[in-house]
Amino acid sequence: MVQAIVFLPLIGALIAGLLGRVIGHRVSEYITTGLLMVSAVLSWIVFVGFWGGESEVMRVEVMRWIQVGDMDLRWILRVDTLTAIMLIVVTTVSSLVHLYSIGYMHEDPHRSRFFAYLSLFTFAMLMLVTADNFLQMFFGWEGVGLASYLLIGFWYTKPSANAAAMKAFVVNRVGDFGFALGIFGAFMILGDITFDGAFAAIAGNEDVTINFLGGEFHALTVISLLLFMGAMGKSAQFLLHTWLPDAMEGPTPVSALIHAATMVTAGVFMVARLSPIFETSAVALTVVVVIGAITAFFAATVGLVQNDIKRVIAYSTCSQLGYMFVALGAGIYSAGIFHLFTHAFFKALLFLGAGAVIHAMHHEQDMRNMGGLRKKIPITYALMIIGTLALTGVGIPGTPFGFAGFFSKDAIIESAYAMGGNTGMFAFWLLVVAALFTSFYSWRLIHLTFHGPTRADHHTYDHAHESPNVMMVPLYILGIGAVLAGTVFYDVFFGHGEHVTHFFHGSIVVNEELIDQAHYVPLWVKWSATIAMLLGFAGAWLAYVRDPGLPARSAAANPGLYNFLLNAWYFDKLYDTIFVRPARWIGRAFWRGFDDYLVDQTITEGLGNRIKGITAQVVRLQSGYLYHYAFAMLIGIAALLTWAIAAGGLLG
Amino acid sequence: MNSDITSFASLAPAFPEMLVAAGAIVLLLFGIFTKKERANGVAMAAVVLLVATAGIVIFHPAQGVIFNGGFIADEFARFMKVLVIGGAAFALILSLPSSRQHQLDKFEYSVLVLLATLGMMMMVSANDLMSLYLGLELQSLAAYVLAAMKRDSARATEAGLKYFVLGALSSGMLLYGASLIYGFTGHTQLDLIVDQIVMGERSIGLIFGMVFLLAGIAFKISAVPFHMWTPDVYEGAPTPVTAFLASAPKVAAMALLVRVVTVSFAPITSDWQQIVIFLSIASMVLAAFAAIGQKSLKRLVAYSSIGHVGFALVGLSSGTAVGVEGVAIYMAIYVTMTIGLFACILALRTQNGAVEDIAELAGLAQRRPFVAAMIAVLMFSLIGLPPLAGFFAKWHVFLAAIEARLFVLAVIGVLASAISAFYYLRIVKTMYFDEPVLEYAAVPRELTAVMGVTGFLVITYFVTVGGPLAAAARVASGSLF
Repeated sequence: MVQAIVFLPLIGALIAGLLGRVIGHRVSEYITTGLLMVSAVLSWIVFVGFWGGESEVMRVEVMRWIQVGDMDLRWILRVDTLTAIMLIVVTTVSSLVHLYSIGYMHEDPHRSRFFAYLSLFTFAMLMLVTADNFLQMFFGWEGVGLASYLLIGFWYTKPSANAAAMKAFVVNRVGDFGFALGIFGAFMILGDITFDGAFAAIAGNEDVTINFLGGEFHALTVISLLLFMGAMGKSAQFLLHTWLPDAMEGPTPVSALIHAATMVTAGVFMVARLSPIFETSAVALTVVVVIGAITAFFAATVGLVQNDIKRVIAYSTCSQLGYMFVALGAGIYSAGIFHLFTHAFFKALLFLGAGAVIHAMHHEQDMRNMGGLRKKIPITYALMIIGTLALTGVGIPGTPFGFAGFFSKDAIIESAYAMGGNTGMFAFWLLVVAALFTSFYSWRLIHLTFHGPTRADHHTYDHAHESPNVMMVPLYILGIGAVLAGTVFYDVFFGHGEHVTHFFHGSIVVNEELIDQAHYVPLWVKWSATIAMLLGFAGAWLAYVRDPGLPARSAAANPGLYNFLLNAWYFDKLYDTIFVRPARWIGRAFWRGFDDYLVDQTITEGLGNRIKGITAQVVRLQSGYLYHYAFAMLIGIAALLTWAIAAGGLLG
Repeated sequence: MNSDITSFASLAPAFPEMLVAAGAIVLLLFGIFTKKERANGVAMAAVVLLVATAGIVIFHPAQGVIFNGGFIADEFARFMKVLVIGGAAFALILSLPSSRQHQLDKFEYSVLVLLATLGMMMMVSANDLMSLYLGLELQSLAAYVLAAMKRDSARATEAGLKYFVLGALSSGMLLYGASLIYGFTGHTQLDLIVDQIVMGERSIGLIFGMVFLLAGIAFKISAVPFHMWTPDVYEGAPTPVTAFLASAPKVAAMALLVRVVTVSFAPITSDWQQIVIFLSIASMVLAAFAAIGQKSLKRLVAYSSIGHVGFALVGLSSGTAVGVEGVAIYMAIYVTMTIGLFACILALRTQNGAVEDIAELAGLAQRRPFVAAMIAVLMFSLIGLPPLAGFFAKWHVFLAAIEARLFVLAVIGVLASAISAFYYLRIVKTMYFDEPVLEYAAVPRELTAVMGVTGFLVITYFVTVGGPLAAAARVASGSLF
């Protein structure tokens, strides 16, 4: 069954990718979507087993992979509670996105390629989450990176799409470099790269130091930080986040699947999977919290002023990923996974809803050219509202009533408070402020898109219509998830410590004591996020419904701040100056100076010309005259005689 | 001196030669007393005769020294004789389809090839300067006539004449060298000369003699600077004759050279090593450069063969058993590639005659994909690209040179090999990337078969014949040391 879950998408990808031209677009779509749906159903069956607490860890060997020295690596599909959660997230969202894409991409001439990539991505992601050792995880990790690259650049005739694809790939490479070093380090210190073996080896190596960059450091801290570097790249955390907003150049279903619900959460998954290693290093956990909190805050501020509907959601994703890392760093891994789980539903809903809006508006993405769409596409509007309510975390503290994001986000904010200390309080306040901003930009999106008089041109506005059912059905399902995912699963992720321990069954580190502490935070902490959310909502209402001129006035009053936020804190410009330009300059120097001038002109052409010259001389020797030939022979023998006598030392 | 031939059975080591000699005479008589149209029949009979001879050499070898030390049959001779006979037989087969076109549809052609083969077998088995010269001249005289066989062609006649005059000059050198050696050692028998050298001092006269002797043999293997005849003769002679000249005689002369230097001049290895290294480097380098400037396919092959002789001499330069083993392997692979290449060249015909210019190969891949593929495979093999046979040939000789610490020679060899890649690849490029200009005639079955066999051997060398061939070469070289 596990094999079927993992390999059905691969089969779909191969069929659609290799035979797409033969069998046609329609068949490719049906085959890939159908296979993924089967995979999703099987995943839910597996998950229900874990939910009930009956299932044990499954380890299915696919093949023996590498035997070198005393390393015996097998390709094993590992399914435990953490994997099961990821399996349902990945396959559910992926199959819904497949279905949605049938409608969204119906005009594209390369649909079967698109579906092949989608399925390939799903396969790689499943490889990642079912990994039983570091190397398998790295395989999946790189696989999803590749699929992401291919899908961002799917419309390869667009220069901006190609640039975005390359950017995503290169920035991820920075993170992957750290990840790879982390794997090497783990193998060096722990002597085993299967997860079970490595975790078992932690016990004897807690105080080992490692020489890194000329200094002696605590080995497990170094390894944890390097691994986290990989997570930062993949999950678009602060400093390595620049690729994610640009990745919106890809088709919207891709944004929903890869750059919101699944791939970008791979970093979160990885840290949770390796939680035993991270637990050994307080320094690493602090770094995780700080980076996560800064990301959550930073991305939320940038989201406030963006005008592209997809970019707003992209920065929102970035921000929410920050939340997840704060929970991980606080030591309450289950809360991070909880948010990952709920976020997948409502963020996919928001993205696909935005896709429906874009579809209705004939590929218009700028919110300044929207407005008033509530009357035109009321169902999409309702679904977007659900998504927004879930994202902003609407609910009543202390009761089981609330949207999905309410439970998981509050769990994280409480975790940060429970962590305590300077780091904890720093994270707590940043997250609360970020929650306020989240609420503001989410409602801003709703107001600008759906409310008020329209700013779209008449033609577009008049022709705006609801999307076909093939696109709406996935939205309904995700809408249900966005409403229920929090309240239904709250108990097993963040309820009683015992329940959480029982549920996760050792697949991640569960600190019951810390979870209980998070439950007994002061009442104002529990209400803080809700209050922040309400403030944000009020602010958005004030600025975009009550007094629509306010945003422009305040932007004009603070042009520095406005531009700072609009340009995402100038990170792209900064990186351009520090890294991109020097790299281009060096590349140019090597190209012109080394390759063109030295290798091509001087060495290759020069050598070629020399040889031509010598050839001309040699050919002229062959005159055709007999006496020349005889003369050459005589000269030859004279030379040989002289040489033999002289070299033989027989001259005297 | 009494003869050591006491009974017919004691002639056993020379049975193959006797069979060829008798067969040649019988075919000559048959040809004289029957009509001219039987030329191809005679050629077929000659092939059968050669196959039978090869059968005796392979399956019923008799070893020993007979004719008072003038003739030796050992493992080395056996190995080389198989190559010589095989080369001659395949050259005859190649001439069958186009014999009329090249005016080779005379029974004398086959008889001359047989006599030349007899001479070569004598060369391979020569154990005395006298028998050595005898075999050499028998082969050469037959070859001169073969080159000029197309009597009404000015180019063929010119080629034959040049070959004859320069061949006479080289024979003179060889004889002069032989007489000096005899004068300074008192012996003509190869294994007795060596005893004399060990006992006495090495004198200027001996070295003189050796250099002249080597120069005479170098002419036969067309090593630079005694190579000048090669391009003109290869181009002027009828193509089937060129195929013959480029294959078997090279093997025989190389075998002769190997035997003379390793048997007679073993004590003064450092002296002849200098000469061989010089010949080797000069051949490799000059051929690599000169071939680039060629427009005619046959001239290009001529320079290519000069270059390959240079590579084979790299193995001999080491002066070790491993080196000789490398030479033996090299010659075997060289003969195979040469026969295959000439099968391809002979297959390139239009209504108006043979295709001999490289430029005329343009677009061959579209018109005759099989022939083009075979040429391409052979070109890659001649360059020495793994996993084709040519790579292993070079690998063995360079390995021997490295083991003998002749690093400079090996480096020059590899560089020359790299330069030579240019002209081989240019042919591939012309065939595959240029637009076709000619309509080619159908390819005869015999040539397709030869191309198929040689192509198969070249491609699958490593998995099929490579192992047995190396083992046989090791046995062969072992008999000399």
